[in-house]
Amino acid sequence: MLSRVAERMFWIGRYMERVESTALLLRVNTNLALDLPNSKHVWGSLIDITGDKDSFHETYQLENEQNVVKFLTGGETSSIRTALKNARENARTSREIMPREAWEKINKLHHFVENNLKTPLKREGRDAFLGEVIGRCHEFTGYLTGCMSVTQAFNFMKLGRKLERADMTTRILDIGCYNLNDPKHTELADYELLLWTSLLMSVSGYQMYRQHVDDHVNGEDVADFLLRDEHFPRSVDFCLDEVSECCEHLPLSDEPQRATNLAQRRIKNSNVIDLFSSGELHWFIDEVQLDLARIHHQVETTWFTYRNDSVTE
Amino acid sequence: MQIRGYGNNKTYDELFSSGKARSGLGELSKFLKSKSPAELNALRHDAELTIRSLGISFTVYSEGQNIDREWPFDIIPRTIMRKEWDYIEKGLVQRLRALNAFIDDIYNDRMILKNKVVPEELLKTSKNYREICEGMKPAHGVWAHVCGSDIIRDSDGTVYVLEDNLRVPSGVSYMLENRNISKKVLPELFEKYSILPMDNYPAQLLDTLSSISPRPKDLPEVVVLTPGIFNSAYFEHSFLAQRMGAELVEGRDLVVGDDDCVYMKTVEGLSRVDVIYRRVDDLFLDPEVFNKDSILGVRGLMRAWRKGNVALANAPGAGVADDKVVYTYVPAMIKYYLDEDPILPNVPSYMCSDKQQMKHVLENIENLVVKPADESGGYGMYIGPTETKRRTSEMRRQIKSNPRNFIAQPIINLSTVPTLSGNLIEPRHVDLRPFILQSDRSFVTAGGLTRVALVKGSLIVNSSQGGGSKDTWIIDQPGRTR
Repeated sequence: MLSRVAERMFWIGRYMERVESTALLLRVNTNLALDLPNSKHVWGSLIDITGDKDSFHETYQLENEQNVVKFLTGGETSSIRTALKNARENARTSREIMPREAWEKINKLHHFVENNLKTPLKREGRDAFLGEVIGRCHEFTGYLTGCMSVTQAFNFMKLGRKLERADMTTRILDIGCYNLNDPKHTELADYELLLWTSLLMSVSGYQMYRQHVDDHVNGEDVADFLLRDEHFPRSVDFCLDEVSECCEHLPLSDEPQRATNLAQRRIKNSNVIDLFSSGELHWFIDEVQLDLARIHHQVETTWFTYRNDSVTE
Repeated sequence: MQIRGYGNNKTYDELFSSGKARSGLGELSKFLKSKSPAELNALRHDAELTIRSLGISFTVYSEGQNIDREWPFDIIPRTIMRKEWDYIEKGLVQRLRALNAFIDDIYNDRMILKNKVVPEELLKTSKNYREICEGMKPAHGVWAHVCGSDIIRDSDGTVYVLEDNLRVPSGVSYMLENRNISKKVLPELFEKYSILPMDNYPAQLLDTLSSISPRPKDLPEVVVLTPGIFNSAYFEHSFLAQRMGAELVEGRDLVVGDDDCVYMKTVEGLSRVDVIYRRVDDLFLDPEVFNKDSILGVRGLMRAWRKGNVALANAPGAGVADDKVVYTYVPAMIKYYLDEDPILPNVPSYMCSDKQQMKHVLENIENLVVKPADESGGYGMYIGPTETKRRTSEMRRQIKSNPRNFIAQPIINLSTVPTLSGNLIEPRHVDLRPFILQSDRSFVTAGGLTRVALVKGSLIVNSSQGGGSKDTWIIDQPGRTR
């Protein structure tokens, strides 16, 4: 497969996952905001998750609901619309690789989002809109899983999706730590249960957590669940196992595989409960994020950047 | 639904003749008349939705901006009877055989010049003549493997060839998509008529390309070379690659090795390429030889081609026969190389390089169409009756300063096809672009891309200038139900 096309597949995976996770994040936090006396922190923290605070403040001053929703749905950088546009652009330029219907799903979703964002998204219609976006992302992924041969193209797309997912899970968890440990936000402590619950819901993990963790919802267990659970598809550990599996099916994968193993070891050998109680979890998550960036870098240099040391027939 | 605008008989309509449906086309006429405007517009809406969800679009270059537009399609098909088509098909195959013989001759023995059938000056001034191709002998003596010829019908029913596109003709993907859409929206008519299928084109194209591979083996590596996503025909490049199961590559995906072979960059390393169906113009193919600043091409590609390590379709230099002045000699070429009478006539043309003819053109310019020899897509075209005085005097000046670059033709009153226009059906002018393949065999698409001028009375069908398209039906055994 062409290196350039492999790269596009990888980014389609990343961007489509970003569309879904951004929609999920907004949906859950819209609900959460209704339960909190002062929802200021909630909206601000969503901007932190994107890691794109600077560009937010280029356009907006206040980190309030209206601005944050605008930024994350239709903004120029970290929004659903932009991620989708990028996914579509990558898909459009590699249509000959994907099943036609998969491209059609991206294209239709793009038109749906563009149409719905022509006028500002009101609170009443927001949930339905976001629900539709999430559902269509699942359709796309489901279509690929059900109808696309598990070839290199498929594995590159999956690789992108899993890396993005692991990354998003660490970001969401990090925001939880930050909000609840920061002394400025002491008033939020009363709502701890609510916050951790909504955090779980942001990764669609509440029900699974309840089934697999005996204790009630609490920070250290949630952190452990999101980082180390072996069965939950959005836990970092689970995603990394899948990244590793994708690498196994791809040629010349030594370096990406090595970087993935390093990250897996860090997660598997960690004691999240200790890290949580000593307040070091945030630093740990930082390390994991660096690991993920390293994997991404290895994927790029191994497969996407031109190499001329081997000739095949 | 009301069918309007058929008052005069100055134009040939493909469906109606003096108010009645032509022989074998009664069902189509009945169908159109029986539907209400709302029903037909609902079908049109369905077609639009399909086009949208398929993401079919073309790019229009206007005022320096690229606009990605969905592609305009009219649901009422253009029809041609099988019997008439058979003769058109023969004519097209004959024409391309002669054109290929001409190109091969020009880059080798030049017998046609030595025998003074075509004047030598013609080549010296041809923009598309490539010195670097001299002495080359591509497989089967074929240079233009894919040709898109534009054919038109005059008011008396005569079919003419208007031009032959031998460089990188486009439109075939729209032809195939048009068929898919009309099958979706007009299934009952497909039941009533026996319409020749056309979806074997990608397989035929792949066979043609495979047959010119420099390494005879079962599965040569065939790739489609595109300038990239910003090219107006990108949709088509992607479409054809997909249908042929070939890689769609850009210049940056390819590299010429020290062994003068072409390789593509893959996740497994470099992989040898045998045949390149290139949709990049000659001058951008290889910065080593042509345009030094081209980033669309591949450095060393011409070296690899000249050594016979890779096949290019169409071959570089094939455009020498895709020139509006050379066009005027095609009937002579058919006689000269094939010793046959031309089956399809050319549109009568005046060559401004000839003093007598230029005089005639300058005197009658208001009633003529003037075309630059080396432009395509309708760019730079002058249509006498519709132009301003200023443009007319400008045109006269241009012709006098560079006569070789212009030909003129009488205005052909293109045939019409009923077309949906709001709540009415009205005649709109059309042309037809069939696609012809040649290697060790020949193939012609069953029909082609019918382009339609959507503006009432307009004769300009180019998609870049407000034209749309229609599905084209070659109908076998008229009227018989299956």
